[in-house]
Amino acid sequence: MAHEVHCLKAQLEEKEKEIVALKNKLAHLEKGNASVLKLYEKVTPLSALQAKAALSNEDIMRYSRQLLLPELGVQGQLNLSKTSVLVVGCGGLGCPLAQYLAAAGIGRLGLLDYDEVELSNLHRQVLHGEENQDQAKALSAANAVKRLNSTVECIPYHLQLSSENALQLIQQYLVNDACVLSGKPLVSASALRMEGQLTVYNYRGGPCYRCLYPVPPPSETVTNCSDGGVLGVVPGIMGCFQALEVLKIASGQGSSCGQQLVMFDAQDARFRSIKLRPKQAGCAVCGENPSVTRLVDYEAFCGSAATDKCRILNLLSRDQRITVQDYKSIMDNAEPHLLLDVRPLVEVDICHLPTSLNIPLSSLEDRKSEHIQLLQERISQLKLQMEGDCRPPVYIICKLGNDSQKAVQVMEKMSGSEVESITVKDISGGLMAWAKRIDPTFPQY
Amino acid sequence: MAAPVAIHLEFGGGAELLVDGVKDHHVTLPSQPEPWDVKQLLVWIRQNLLKERPELFVQGDSVRPGILVLINDADWELMGELDYQLQDQDNVVFISTLHGG
Repeated sequence: MAHEVHCLKAQLEEKEKEIVALKNKLAHLEKGNASVLKLYEKVTPLSALQAKAALSNEDIMRYSRQLLLPELGVQGQLNLSKTSVLVVGCGGLGCPLAQYLAAAGIGRLGLLDYDEVELSNLHRQVLHGEENQDQAKALSAANAVKRLNSTVECIPYHLQLSSENALQLIQQYLVNDACVLSGKPLVSASALRMEGQLTVYNYRGGPCYRCLYPVPPPSETVTNCSDGGVLGVVPGIMGCFQALEVLKIASGQGSSCGQQLVMFDAQDARFRSIKLRPKQAGCAVCGENPSVTRLVDYEAFCGSAATDKCRILNLLSRDQRITVQDYKSIMDNAEPHLLLDVRPLVEVDICHLPTSLNIPLSSLEDRKSEHIQLLQERISQLKLQMEGDCRPPVYIICKLGNDSQKAVQVMEKMSGSEVESITVKDISGGLMAWAKRIDPTFPQY
Repeated sequence: MAAPVAIHLEFGGGAELLVDGVKDHHVTLPSQPEPWDVKQLLVWIRQNLLKERPELFVQGDSVRPGILVLINDADWELMGELDYQLQDQDNVVFISTLHGG
């Protein structure tokens, strides 16, 4: 009897070794395939994520430092391994978020982005490298995550959540409603300039995004990173914060941000937690009598707000505008004129045309006295130089040709009263058109 | 007659751009017959702090969609919104929701 037990034990041990060897072989082969991750262009149903019964020795070693935390423990680690997370946007927030979720051993990561990697992304979107430029962000992020932890299942989606350029705003309402309708918490963060915000929506009696913001804000109040600027580490901090809350929820500890708005002020190095309203009974999607019971047309809901990230204004008539080619010949012929650059000083410091006078649009609008005086002087000089009672030409330039149009309208009101009579036109397409069509060495930003 | 109330106003998330880019404002609301409430505060801000484009801050007698009001570190919805009566040394934050990252 004792002999039989001993034999069986030995056999079992043998088989277990065999299983480990087979698993290692499989893992090795799968690692080799990591470089050929498939990029999904549309959403397809996925097989259910299999729950692990126990941690392998490799798991134990890899996650040992977090397994030691009583807040996580073995059960928490197993919970992570059976959780799927969809990361919407593989940018400044999504990169650190995906990175820490993968590092911690999340089961499956959906990585969604419609965009390709650009040079101007790299200061904050830290999963992408120089060699990934022009590659789909979702794929670039997935490959980086796979290198970090090959046991995480990565599904890169190269698609947009709405038909037009998926503006943050539309995406926010869409993702919120999708989460409410499918009963998932939404760990949401944003970062701009030197500030960040974070809230977990639709979680344990807390509000959803619509409870807080039932009506979308007007389009002009929505600033994105390409307009407002952002210091890369600010979304980095907020993305890490998102990862923290996701890990707390997924492991079973729970998040305390369900009815909280966390605000981060990077300038003052200060975090603040604000108590928010609870879930609202009258909410259109999570309330008692919801009017939104499936996903709707979010562009229509958000109004004309939902257009391209760089809107092109058309305020002026054709004869009030010149092209960059026209301006080039004015320069080449040394025709007397005044070139007025109406961008903010911080942008003029990045690049400007050598002859331009900088007066920001806001100073023109506010009629800042020192600027108006400067303008008067320069126009008078120009008039003297032109020796005649003509109307000296003033050409206005900005980055893309939107603010310059507004400035033409302001200057036309000033012409003949606050300054001498002038002919004022704007340069269509601004400095970026100049860089593209006239001077390829001129910086683009 | 209600006594003057000294309060701390903060603007953030981009809302500070409507008040000359200044985030912190320590202001004293003058003495008036009725106690000051948030509704009257918004009128006062419109008249005294907003430099341009007040429609980007107020709409009707409330704040425009997308701005969250916090009174003493709590969502104003928990405090009575427009009807909340301001106390001396109150802290009122106007924060524009951020979109980006």
